[in-house]
Amino acid sequence: MWIEALIAVTLLSAFAVFLSPDGAAGKLAFALSLLPLAGSLWMYSTYEASGNALLAGSELAFEETFQWVVAGDYALQWHVGLDGISMPLVALTTVLTSLALLASWTPIDERQSQFYGLMLFLEASLLGVFSALDFFVWFVFWEMVLVPMYVLIGVWGGPRRKYAAIKMFVYTNLASLVMFIGFVALVFGLGDVNSFDMPTVAQALRGGELGSLGPVGPDALKVAAFVAMFAGFAVKVPVVPFHTWLPDAHVEAPTPVSIMLAGVLLKMGTYALLRFNFTMLPGVAQDYATIIALFAVVSVIYGAMLALAQSDLKRIVAYSSVSSMGYVILGLVAYSLYGLGGATFQMIAHGLISGLMFMAVGVIYNTTHTRMVSDMSGLASKMPFTVTVFVAGAFGYMGLPLMAGFAAELFIFLGAFQSTVLASAPLFTAAAMFGIVIVAGYLLFAMQRTLFGPFEVETDYEVGHAAFHDVAPLVVLILLVVALGVDPGIFYDMIQNAVDPLVKTAGGGA
Amino acid sequence: MAAFELPPWMALAPALTFALTALVLFVVDSIDPDSENRTLVAGTATLGSLAAAGFAVWYLFAGTGEEPIVLFGDALVVDSMSLFFAVVFASVTTLVCVASYDYMADHHYQGEFYALVMLAATGMTIMPSANSLAIVFVSLELSSLPSYALVAILKKNRGSVEAGLKYFLVGALSSAILVYGISLVYGVTGSLLLPEVASGIAGTELNGVLGVGMLMIIGGFAFKTASVPFHFWAPEAYEGAPAPVSAFLSSASKAAGFAVAFRVLTVGFPIQEVVVGATASVDWVLAAQILAVATMTLGNFAAATQDTVKRMLAYSSIGHAGYALIGLAALTGGNDQMVLGASMAHLLVYGFMNTGAFLFIALAEHWSVGRTFEDYNGLASQAPFACVAMTVFLFSLAGLPPFGGFLSKYLLFAGAIGAGFWWLAAVGAINSALSLYYYSRVVKAMWIEEPTGDFDIESRPVGIYAALAAAAIMTVLLLPGFGPVWEYATGAAAALGA
Repeated sequence: MWIEALIAVTLLSAFAVFLSPDGAAGKLAFALSLLPLAGSLWMYSTYEASGNALLAGSELAFEETFQWVVAGDYALQWHVGLDGISMPLVALTTVLTSLALLASWTPIDERQSQFYGLMLFLEASLLGVFSALDFFVWFVFWEMVLVPMYVLIGVWGGPRRKYAAIKMFVYTNLASLVMFIGFVALVFGLGDVNSFDMPTVAQALRGGELGSLGPVGPDALKVAAFVAMFAGFAVKVPVVPFHTWLPDAHVEAPTPVSIMLAGVLLKMGTYALLRFNFTMLPGVAQDYATIIALFAVVSVIYGAMLALAQSDLKRIVAYSSVSSMGYVILGLVAYSLYGLGGATFQMIAHGLISGLMFMAVGVIYNTTHTRMVSDMSGLASKMPFTVTVFVAGAFGYMGLPLMAGFAAELFIFLGAFQSTVLASAPLFTAAAMFGIVIVAGYLLFAMQRTLFGPFEVETDYEVGHAAFHDVAPLVVLILLVVALGVDPGIFYDMIQNAVDPLVKTAGGGA
Repeated sequence: MAAFELPPWMALAPALTFALTALVLFVVDSIDPDSENRTLVAGTATLGSLAAAGFAVWYLFAGTGEEPIVLFGDALVVDSMSLFFAVVFASVTTLVCVASYDYMADHHYQGEFYALVMLAATGMTIMPSANSLAIVFVSLELSSLPSYALVAILKKNRGSVEAGLKYFLVGALSSAILVYGISLVYGVTGSLLLPEVASGIAGTELNGVLGVGMLMIIGGFAFKTASVPFHFWAPEAYEGAPAPVSAFLSSASKAAGFAVAFRVLTVGFPIQEVVVGATASVDWVLAAQILAVATMTLGNFAAATQDTVKRMLAYSSIGHAGYALIGLAALTGGNDQMVLGASMAHLLVYGFMNTGAFLFIALAEHWSVGRTFEDYNGLASQAPFACVAMTVFLFSLAGLPPFGGFLSKYLLFAGAIGAGFWWLAAVGAINSALSLYYYSRVVKAMWIEEPTGDFDIESRPVGIYAALAAAAIMTVLLLPGFGPVWEYATGAAAALGA
């Protein structure tokens, strides 16, 4: 009931905002976004569940099932529910949306009701993605995310927005198609399973019930489906070499859209990897652990190196997302308790920190009208507060202790180091850890050039002060990052509870 | 229905309602031929279509057609399949009448327009009930003849008149082919009633004559459904006709052609005897496969190369005829409910999304926006609500979730795979992916491009907006509400013995 209400309220708010007059849309959207925010916080506070949503013997929160369509032998059903993996992501979505809406007040000045309506529509779709437990329902929401994203980048973006929007749309849509075929083939291969219910499919697959599909035997089918789904989700994450749409999309997207893109949309990819590839086909994941870990480490290092080479602040943050998501993949492939738990925790931590960084870059851009590192220096003397938050966020990115990023990366490295699944795990871990050095390098370098030193800005604009509604969300985010760093248990306990059964049944070390 | 029993002829109530409404409109028109009171005529037509839809839905829910009701010496049969399609026709006709209130506002002869729409709808509603080849021909002509006039109704518009002429010439030719085919089949089997045709075929040795006759009949259906090779008229007619008429023809008329083809082919030429059995004579399933692949490929590729939106939609509607043909092309002679039902369900969803898309064209023409993709640039900043509706229609036509078109297309392809025709599904899926290109061109123009010219939208026509809103809401609701549609569609397929 509660998940349905959450999604329905968000959708209705989206329509209400869409029809509202331009001038009031921003405030109305923010006010209405507090409803799902309050809802998700209430759900978090009353959350009571145990186990993994896809595995047997779990107890889900707010679960709801009813029949949708019975087509031939297959039943499609509405099935939603939350476990320790999806609950934090739902909370993250509602928090970031509200803050991103606040951050839209300054930069968005045309067609406002449409913009805010689409942002809320995006939120509703994302909530659906994280709570759906039937493949078809999940896929509907997964694709629903694309449409508002395409328009949000294409209309309100920077100079090359049309190119960036269409590139994002084509890349991720093709990826969805590949993934869809992979999963459906898997279900057809399970002769006895008559639904697309994700728990049912997962348990049947883990029970080794996969048969042949036409001339393709079960083993080949498993690998083919794994590859198809991995490729499909890797575009979304994005994993190098499927990442090229991301910097374009980020650079052209307006600040609030970048926040949503980095903060929540990328997590759809890793969340789906965890739910589908690593939960349903753990055997294949372990057989090919080395290759996947290679992808992860390349993403970490190459993403960081690319960030090092950029001169646009936003591009730096965009590429560093590629790097950070590489850690998540590493944690997943390690398949240990800390690895999986850390990967999930990193999704939340990175969501908050990257949201914070994009927001801070946005505030700097709003006041200076440039994002080029070479165009500015010494901002600290003009806008001390924003710069303080920016520096704090950057340190969060580098994994400073007592910040969420530290906890997440620590868990991931611990998990990866101990992994029994991954051959030469310490080597991969060490290589990935080197990524942190590069991260520290480019962030410190960029900050030193832009924020400190004598004040100078090479634009024709008067550098003013950031508005209160620009700075307030930064403060909220930094507080959340610190809170999660000081007490990771806020989310980590429920995450661990949900990944524990995965490790126990097909595990790779503690 | 224990409380009272309706007489059997009342089973034809949807068709009778349309016919009656047409007569009422004629009376109104003859009393006051120059009447400008469009509220009266459009209102009457809308009420008539709504009543027809009400009857069809009521009968479906009440289970009227579960035991087929046979009338007029077996010539007409009302079962769940004919009622299912009656719902499609009545819904589309309602939308078209509501939208025409504004679109045809400047037209001098209001009464005749709506009367012709009602007459065509009457013919369409009888088509799925036709259990005799004679009725097939009569009802097909009853729906075609008013359609010719409707296409050409803008008498002073060269495009409209030319389209009408083209449509009429191709239509006349294919009617001749159809009736000649019927005569050949009659010569072989000695009957016009479909069940007797089927039993007549079992004992005949005149396979050559029968084959020619059947191919000619299929040709007649190809014309009505705008399938290759009788599709030439469609782009011209849809482009030249007033947009609500294009919507009517490309949605309802096409569905009617499919409905009659479904019944004639599966009942009159049963696969077990004609295609696969020991007495196999003519492989019409193979013909349907060739037509399906040719139609969807040609329709989609041609649509991708168009410059004007209306013509793109016209070709896309040919492409959709190809998808619907999968329902015939993937039949195996047993356990075919899934794929045939999926084809029918797709035609229902298509009825809403395609009608909606053409009605948006009607709105654009009402505003004199222009015809090309570029003319639609920046339309969303002027008319966001209508553009949301159009986006819903286009993405649904492309088969993207979260709209009704996603499930109906998915089930169609899944049904084809289930029947063993994975290659048909693959061709369909590739075409479907291609279609996203040209549909999203319109979306991109509306939402993302900057307006090229200065145009100001002065009026917000209530009728077209209402029809657009209704079609969009139905297109969206058909996704969560697909369960009952699917149930009735497979029930309709089962009624054909599939």
